Amino acid sequence: MNPVEKKLNNDFYIESPLPPKRTRMQEFRRLFGQNRLAILGLFIFILFFCCAVTGLFLTSGSRPIFDPAMVRLQEKLRPPLAKPNLDSLQPQEVPVLGVYLMGTDDLGRDVFARMLQGAWVSLTVGFVAVGISVLIGIFMGGIAGYFGQHHIRTDHVLLTLALILGTGLVIANFTFIGTVILLLCLAYIFYSLSARHGSTKKETPALKAMLHSNAVSVDTLIMRIVDIMLCFPSFFLILTVVALLPASIYNIMIVIGLTSWMGTTRFVRAEFLSLREQDFVAAAKALGLSNFRIIFRHIMPNAIAPVLVSATIGIASAILTEAGLSFLGFGVPPPHATWGNILSNGKNFIFDAPWLTFIPGIAILIVVLSFNLFGEGLRDIMNPKLRERH
Amino acid sequence: MLSFIGRSVVQKTITLFFVSIVSFLIIHLSPGKPSQVDPLNPKFTPEIMERFQKEFHLDKPLYVQYIYFYQDLFTGKTVSWKDNQSVLKKIWERFLNSLPLFVVGTLITWTLSFPVGIRSAIFRGGIYDRSATFISYVLISIPGFFFAYVLIILVVTYFHVPVIGMETFGIGDAPATYLFMDRIWHLLLPSLLSATGGIAVLSRYVRSQMLEVEGQDYIRTARAKGLPPEQVHYKHALRNAMLPFVTMFGLILPGLIGGSVIIESIFSWPGMGRMAYEAILARDYPIILTVNFVSAVLVLAGTFISDLLYLVVDPRIRL
Amino acid sequence: MIDGRTTNDRPLLCVENLKVYFQSNGARAHAVDGISFEVREKETVCIVGESGCGKTVSALSILGLIPTPPGEIVDGQIIFSGQNLINLDEKTMQKIRGNHISMVFQEPLTSLNPVFTIGDQIGEAVRTHRHIDTETLYRYCVQLLNDVGIPSPKQRLNDYPHQLSGGQRQRVMIAMALACDPDLIIADEPTTALDVTVQAQILALFRSIQKKRSMSVLYISHDLGVVSAIADRIYVMYAGIIVEQGNTDQIFRAARHPYTQGLLASLPSLSKRGKRLYSIPGSVPNPAYRPEGCPFHPRCRHRILSCQKEYPGMCDYGEGHLGRCPVLFETGVCSK
Repeated sequence: MNPVEKKLNNDFYIESPLPPKRTRMQEFRRLFGQNRLAILGLFIFILFFCCAVTGLFLTSGSRPIFDPAMVRLQEKLRPPLAKPNLDSLQPQEVPVLGVYLMGTDDLGRDVFARMLQGAWVSLTVGFVAVGISVLIGIFMGGIAGYFGQHHIRTDHVLLTLALILGTGLVIANFTFIGTVILLLCLAYIFYSLSARHGSTKKETPALKAMLHSNAVSVDTLIMRIVDIMLCFPSFFLILTVVALLPASIYNIMIVIGLTSWMGTTRFVRAEFLSLREQDFVAAAKALGLSNFRIIFRHIMPNAIAPVLVSATIGIASAILTEAGLSFLGFGVPPPHATWGNILSNGKNFIFDAPWLTFIPGIAILIVVLSFNLFGEGLRDIMNPKLRERH
Repeated sequence: MLSFIGRSVVQKTITLFFVSIVSFLIIHLSPGKPSQVDPLNPKFTPEIMERFQKEFHLDKPLYVQYIYFYQDLFTGKTVSWKDNQSVLKKIWERFLNSLPLFVVGTLITWTLSFPVGIRSAIFRGGIYDRSATFISYVLISIPGFFFAYVLIILVVTYFHVPVIGMETFGIGDAPATYLFMDRIWHLLLPSLLSATGGIAVLSRYVRSQMLEVEGQDYIRTARAKGLPPEQVHYKHALRNAMLPFVTMFGLILPGLIGGSVIIESIFSWPGMGRMAYEAILARDYPIILTVNFVSAVLVLAGTFISDLLYLVVDPRIRL
Repeated sequence: MIDGRTTNDRPLLCVENLKVYFQSNGARAHAVDGISFEVREKETVCIVGESGCGKTVSALSILGLIPTPPGEIVDGQIIFSGQNLINLDEKTMQKIRGNHISMVFQEPLTSLNPVFTIGDQIGEAVRTHRHIDTETLYRYCVQLLNDVGIPSPKQRLNDYPHQLSGGQRQRVMIAMALACDPDLIIADEPTTALDVTVQAQILALFRSIQKKRSMSVLYISHDLGVVSAIADRIYVMYAGIIVEQGNTDQIFRAARHPYTQGLLASLPSLSKRGKRLYSIPGSVPNPAYRPEGCPFHPRCRHRILSCQKEYPGMCDYGEGHLGRCPVLFETGVCSK
């Protein structure tokens, strides 16, 4: 019927015109460029970053350029852009620029210098806290998502509990009982490792069968841990821990990080659960790739999108939390300045020196806003509707 | 259905048990002692501290203390270390103070977020959407205490309305209507404040849910049937978009005990958050542990209720 | 008042030079680039083409269901019962949708609202355009479900979409489309998501409905096998334009356009058993970056120099058989 059928060679084929090839980065940049608010957010963030870094250099050391700790009681509560009273000041007390750029606080300290110092604190708190929470979140979420169906055997659970109990008893000075329990655990470990190669018995005794039964799946275990963590109202928990531990900037960062990983875990787990069923994972397994490589090289780059978004928004919330803690009096100990500190001091002088409240407040607002805008812009870009890979 | 309820209850009780252990350990293992037994505290003589320790079993090992504490909790005998009042009674009083703040705040949040979010979604990209979005971002980003002070300054300077505390100092024997109005005035600003953050977040979420639902095929079918746009949006789209929010309803429960420490501090509102905060400072273990326990119970009850509601509301899950 | 009854010389639906463009990713995609087709009374017209050729977009634009921020009807007319549907305002369009022209979509599960029962959704389709009391509505819905071949309709009315099988869901969609006795049903690949046996049943259903209610059907598909079973007339689409049109005999036995020939050649059949299966080399062009001249020329073995420069006009092969390939049409004259 068809003369077409007879000639089956395809020499006549030429390429159709193709759309311009864009790498993922270029595509990302183009989409990002369309979202003006996100660009504004990014811009402000870069500005903030530069301020923080230069602020760190300008205000640290024994003879800083802008001294945030210099107390000049004769100059307290001067408004912004006020000229210093040169006759009442020693030469090294005169501010570098000749004016108090943002005024002074109730101890006569230069607010501008304090803001610069505080910028660095806010920056590090944000990034370190979120860094910790993201790392924990990815780890927990990845394991729950990828190895979720693996079960933990009853004897392993009992073993872990016994180990913890033994260690606890040893620490609490019940050395004898504690060491006995620990030795029993070690013995069991050796026994099970060696017995694996031994037994050829057909039937396993009932006790052994019970010990080898599956107690709980990895997924359930991790999700229950997340649930337990979620039972504690977060700010309350942070407050409790921060109040009970000695006050230091590192403690705050670590505590905020340790209490906010639950959201990331949920996202990562959900992404892993859906990605694990996809064909590229089956293909990778068929090629014989190790689990480790599959997780980090193949699945993780795909799962990272919601993590990035929640990370940027998490930085914003970490900065707000730190400010709140400083406001309540926990937080970086004086005289180190943080923006929350300055605000907290200022609340007593709210009618006499409103700049003490407004300047840090608006600064926090702008920085947090920029992070939120950037994060939402990222979310819009990574929205599957706009993603190229489908 | 029954098996689901049974399984849930068992799982949540186990979780509760672990939560109680964890919170107990956190409190007791952290450095520092409650002020009453602190040897450096000049207010208490060593004999008083001895008696205190014996009375509250502080010299016994941890697991014994744990048992004692929870025994007391369930029989209602726990007392605060600061002023020796029954913990449950104190919590209940403060709870009654926090409740109107919480209820009004939640009401404002939920009644305002939905219209804003839905309208933003339907008129996506328009002026309303863009300004609502921007305002939401600002509200999320503003530090609560800063915003509080700004509002206080505004209200006090321009409206001459007293805002601190639950009622005006010295209002005494004024007639009932005055008392009522006074209460309302004092309630307004703090609840507004606690609502603003909530409105911003919730309206964005409502908007994104509506947008997702509006992109579905069955909305296109509804339009192809010739339905007018109101029916398409408010009958077909809304009913689907609201599913996750019905379940969120159950999660409001834990907010009861949260209270906001910051707002209560600023407005000197004698609520639960403040009490917990002061207890932490004074290392008043019974109060801290009880509040923790009650909050965990509420969280678990809240998630349980939202799971149940989800079963009821989404027909796909029923069978 | 829109009257669906037409005389035999005026077609029920007449689409002229429809152009629908989409703005996406910085480029303008010509999804539909000037097509004209018509549907007459009581006939089944099929639009055939691969994915991405613009057939769904054409169907959606008839009912005005193209999402307008990215998409836009740039040119053309859609005449139905003497009215240009493109110019109508939203309220008047609502009176036509579901009432005079209704549509059946491809994915029955996602096209039905999961939180309402079948009875609700069908009833809604009726009540939007007719005033009818609850008792009569109930009986009418049961009758509709019977007509589309769903067993135990009374129980089914209280079921939710997820409780039905794929074939039953599609029958429900068809029932919803029939609810107001439309003059034209547009079916957008209704059987693509279903098993082959169910496919056959749905096709038979379409045929019987059409005979019983004497309505017209515009059937969109990529499956030539399906098309051969029900079509009266066929339009073959490629890259947003119509490359050949004619009745079933003409297309299947005497295809003139190289694309149609290629499609037919790639159908597996018993006569080709043991031989290598033919496939048209290359792939469908990106709608935003169409080749110049004839859109099919990169993949065409009969290509000559003018194919790359000039857009081919419509050639009349006689008796309503037209096609856009002047190369294989040695003796005739093609219009522009």
